[in-house]
Amino acid sequence: MSVLTLECISQEFGGLRALDSVYLSIEEKEIFGIIGPNGAGKTTLFNIITGIYVPTEGSLIFNGQRLNNVPAYEIAQMGIARTFQNIRLFNKLSVLDNVRTGSYGVSHSGFMAGMLGLPSSRREEKKILSNALQLLELVDLADKRYEYADNLSYGEQRRLEIARALALEPKLLLLDEPAAGMNSTEKEELMRLIRIIREQRQLSIILVEHDMNVVMNICERIAVLDYGRKIAQGTPEEIKNDDAVIQSYLGAGA
Amino acid sequence: MDAIISQYIDAYYFRILILIGINIILALGLNLTTGVTGQLSMGHAGFMSLGAYTSAILTVHFAVPFFAALLAGALVAALFGFLLGLPTLRLEGDYLAMVTIGFAEIVRVFFLNFEPGGKAVGFSGIPQVTTFTLVWILVIIVIYLNYKLLNSRTGRAMYAIRENEIAAEASGVNTTQLKVLAFTLGAFLGGLGGGLFAHYMFFIEPGNFGFMKSIELLNMVVLGGMGSIPGTILGSIILTIAPEMLRIVQDYRLLFYGALLVILMIFRPNGLLGDVRFYDIKKRFSRKEVKSCQS
Ligand SMILES: Nc1ncnc2c1ncn2[C@@H]1O[C@H](COP(=O)(O)OP(=O)(O)OP(=O)(O)O)[C@@H](O)[C@H]1O
Ligand SMILES: [Mg+2]
Repeated sequence: MSVLTLECISQEFGGLRALDSVYLSIEEKEIFGIIGPNGAGKTTLFNIITGIYVPTEGSLIFNGQRLNNVPAYEIAQMGIARTFQNIRLFNKLSVLDNVRTGSYGVSHSGFMAGMLGLPSSRREEKKILSNALQLLELVDLADKRYEYADNLSYGEQRRLEIARALALEPKLLLLDEPAAGMNSTEKEELMRLIRIIREQRQLSIILVEHDMNVVMNICERIAVLDYGRKIAQGTPEEIKNDDAVIQSYLGAGA
Repeated sequence: MDAIISQYIDAYYFRILILIGINIILALGLNLTTGVTGQLSMGHAGFMSLGAYTSAILTVHFAVPFFAALLAGALVAALFGFLLGLPTLRLEGDYLAMVTIGFAEIVRVFFLNFEPGGKAVGFSGIPQVTTFTLVWILVIIVIYLNYKLLNSRTGRAMYAIRENEIAAEASGVNTTQLKVLAFTLGAFLGGLGGGLFAHYMFFIEPGNFGFMKSIELLNMVVLGGMGSIPGTILGSIILTIAPEMLRIVQDYRLLFYGALLVILMIFRPNGLLGDVRFYDIKKRFSRKEVKSCQS
């Protein structure tokens, strides 16, 4: 069964057609790659899925529910989490609080319960804290939990964004260029992390990434965008040998 | 209680201590809106005014018991905070600042022409029932509730809105709802402080709650460190004492506040205690896992 279906999605900015009639279907527990040259519309696609933009045309269906016109925070509560290409952390909050805030959409205590320290709120806070610590272990940031987020290195910030996104207990995780700015050891670690996440959390992942090594290694299926159009889709092998893709993106040497 | 304490403290310092307490309550309210949630409010004195007049009118004209009047004043202010918040919190930065200034001005002009509040002449004969003990009990309660709130999921989400609104939404935070909440709670404390102020001063006039008062309160939050409870308390203490003790500060208030902000921006852009959090202090005393947020 597909988790997310995009039907004929188009997005226009003024005269620019950033996405042009895109169909996509993401299956349960798969790692799906989206590649394409700069400006192809990959981030725009993420922004549409997470409700930052309302698509000009087309519809989005997540677990049988339409996402068009659903506000961003509700989409998050429904179980779609993401990271950002240009990192968006809560800089002046601790690493731990960044992750704890990530679970906002799946926790429920009202402000009064929190303010008065009611047992229900205390119980929930305990759970939030232990989940957050577990996630920090997973991304190897546990010993930095009291640091400000903006004191972390680039690679650490990217991992923190992943931990924060996972705190939302998503069914679908969108990663926008998670390997950007990482060295090759960090990239190896990242690939391992993404696989572990999928196994442990039983979720689907859409991965936007320019690093072909990463994409070809961990994605089961890949779609290629070019000027807002999907020009190919298939397994890594199929994509590597696709003429149109080689021409527009991978280049002759690939 | 007050009688016992005042035996040991000079009447002059006694008065300053009471004013410090009231300012801490006022500033902690503004801290929620502006310091924690990042919504620049430059009209906090408007809420203070609503609380002051509402409670005073109730005690003077309707013989309502002080506590009930105090609560009513805070609730009226909170209601206005809520009503002001709903349509305006979609505005950002400068626009929000202008709307809040406008709001406080409207409140001021309203009371200038409001018969039961004594109009421009001022409102006198308010029972002087705000005591040192009451103020400081309320200060402790307000600090405690603020601390609990800021260390709950709601508080963290409020900080998150200040830090990055898009990322907050992506974490499931209904940012509009929480901004309105921060505005409402901030206004409630503004109204509470106003009620205490009126029943301590026993005479109030619209001029007590003008633009200068809003700026003074904003300065307390900024000086101490946006979003930090210890910082806001420190800011309130310094900025209550300074004009009282130093005649020159009193005379050149505007200049003093301006210079203070400039110096602050250069040397400590996060405020005096902006990057000191309760758990930093706590960590020193215990190795135990402590709950944390930026408070
Ligand atoms: N809010 C916006 N307003 C106007 N144009 C936009 C907006 N967002 C994106 N675009 C344009 O849409 C096109 C697609 O941008 P997008 O960011 O989706 O590309 P991308 O595939 O993520 O590129 P990259 O690999 O560089 O991240 C670009 O031409 C971009 O300039
Ligand atoms: Mg992009």
